[in-house]
Amino acid sequence: MNPTSINSTELLPSSSKVTPSGVTNETFIKVINFDFFYGKKQTLFNINFAIPSKHVTSFIGPSGSGKSTLLRNFNRMNELLPGVRHEGDITIEGRSIFDASIEIIALRRRIGMVFQKSNPFPRSIYENVVFPLRIMGCHKRAHLNETVERSLRSVALWDEVKDRLGENALGLSGGQMQRLCIARAIAGQPDILLMDEPCSALDPIATAKIEELIVELKKEFTIIIVTHSMQQASRVSDLTAFFNFGKLIEFDHTNRIFTAPIEKQTEDYITGRFG
Amino acid sequence: MMIPHSNPPHHFFSNHEKKTSFLRLWSNQLLTTLCVLFSFFTLVPLFSLLYLLIHKGLPLLHFSVFTKLPPPPGLHGGGFGNAIIGTITMVGIATLLSAPIGILGAIYISEYAPHSSLTATVRFIAKLLTGIPSIICGAFAFALVVLHTGQFSALAGGAALSILMLPTILLTSEQALMGVPSSYRDASYGLGATPFQTIWRIVLPEALPAMMMGMMLAVARAAGETAPVLFTALFSQQWASSIMEPTASLSVLIYNFSALPYHYQVQMAWTASLVLVAMVTGTNILAQLLFRRKFQ
Repeated sequence: MNPTSINSTELLPSSSKVTPSGVTNETFIKVINFDFFYGKKQTLFNINFAIPSKHVTSFIGPSGSGKSTLLRNFNRMNELLPGVRHEGDITIEGRSIFDASIEIIALRRRIGMVFQKSNPFPRSIYENVVFPLRIMGCHKRAHLNETVERSLRSVALWDEVKDRLGENALGLSGGQMQRLCIARAIAGQPDILLMDEPCSALDPIATAKIEELIVELKKEFTIIIVTHSMQQASRVSDLTAFFNFGKLIEFDHTNRIFTAPIEKQTEDYITGRFG
Repeated sequence: MMIPHSNPPHHFFSNHEKKTSFLRLWSNQLLTTLCVLFSFFTLVPLFSLLYLLIHKGLPLLHFSVFTKLPPPPGLHGGGFGNAIIGTITMVGIATLLSAPIGILGAIYISEYAPHSSLTATVRFIAKLLTGIPSIICGAFAFALVVLHTGQFSALAGGAALSILMLPTILLTSEQALMGVPSSYRDASYGLGATPFQTIWRIVLPEALPAMMMGMMLAVARAAGETAPVLFTALFSQQWASSIMEPTASLSVLIYNFSALPYHYQVQMAWTASLVLVAMVTGTNILAQLLFRRKFQ
């Protein structure tokens, strides 16, 4: 994929809430008038913004603000739940992800996802990493081996596990398991990496490792991370979106959100007055 | 600064405390003892049954009971080889009929459409079916198979047992599938796997040991049932040459022989019981060994 088609300034209102000024990369993901409903309950309200490629964008906001819901819309994971529907659109490189011609399976293969609680399969470390290749029908040993080494090196896990690739992944430590899940998510060489509070179950040392990793991985991937830790958002992300009650309140460069937020609600949240 | 006393001073362990703690400790001790005692009581019927089976069944247990035909009433010798084969055949037919339906049904209601109204109906009917007396299954298979084919047969016996097994297999398989953490499904779908790939590669391997346990429960129950087989396969003194003729089974042999006024036949019924229990237990242990998880 080559993100050239759409420029962030096109088709979008020029408020800083939608596209932070000074972002030179082309728009990669665009959310347009997006509403989302669980049954009758509306959880996202008229979301509009554009995410540039090869940046880290963090979603912050109190619990229930809709940040995870929005994240799970990018790879249409929400559709596994009963009674959900949306209005509006999300586009990647200008194409709607809800278009009938888009295969949901193909979409998810282009978008890696890392969950709050690490969820390696109860298989060997090796089989965990090659799972995305296996489901695409690739069983060539040389290619699988190469992918395992490349993916595990990308998450700085290779040296720790290279001698025990055949062992059960559930025997790893919490931080190692989460890094393994990231390795698995990038093994199929997606363009986008979604991370849903990837460090919330980890100790500070493991968290620091994952954060270093995120900064490293943004050279290759467009990363969106949901986090409850404002320190984490400020450490790893280029852009930050603040959500509250299902609405996008403010979207800007991370340093601007944390030093000079425009909205009162954002300021209250980041200074710890609520949430 | 003085801290005002709100309570009169008292010792850390006052007499009152000692008294209540003694009562509480004592009642706790009593309950624990009762629980231990009664859990031993649950072992009593089990072990006395096993003792009785071995004590009464062992004397006639020779290799020949597996290879010979049942003796005519009043005569000695012989065995019940045809009944063993008959039971295995009928339980095999029943498993072949019920396992695919039960397992695929469970996959549908647990993985494909957990919230549909069809799922709710299937689950409800399956729960109702578990409570149906086994003799009704026999009568049903009699009407469905015996009346249509015009004869008692192993096929009819297998059909009766399959109705008995189906709800158990369906419900235990569904439980087994639901026991697979949903985080595995999330991971698999998130990586772009299809529902089939997710079920086949991730969910089923995880659920398999529990599913097999459920299947073994159903098999064990079916192997011991007399009523459905009595109606449908009847009994035979001969070796069966096809599944379309009256067939002997261990349970019906036990039922028949234990009612006879001859000591030898009653003894043989005990031996057959011992063999039946050993077969069921053996299959159970084998299944556990075969399907034990590779990891953990």
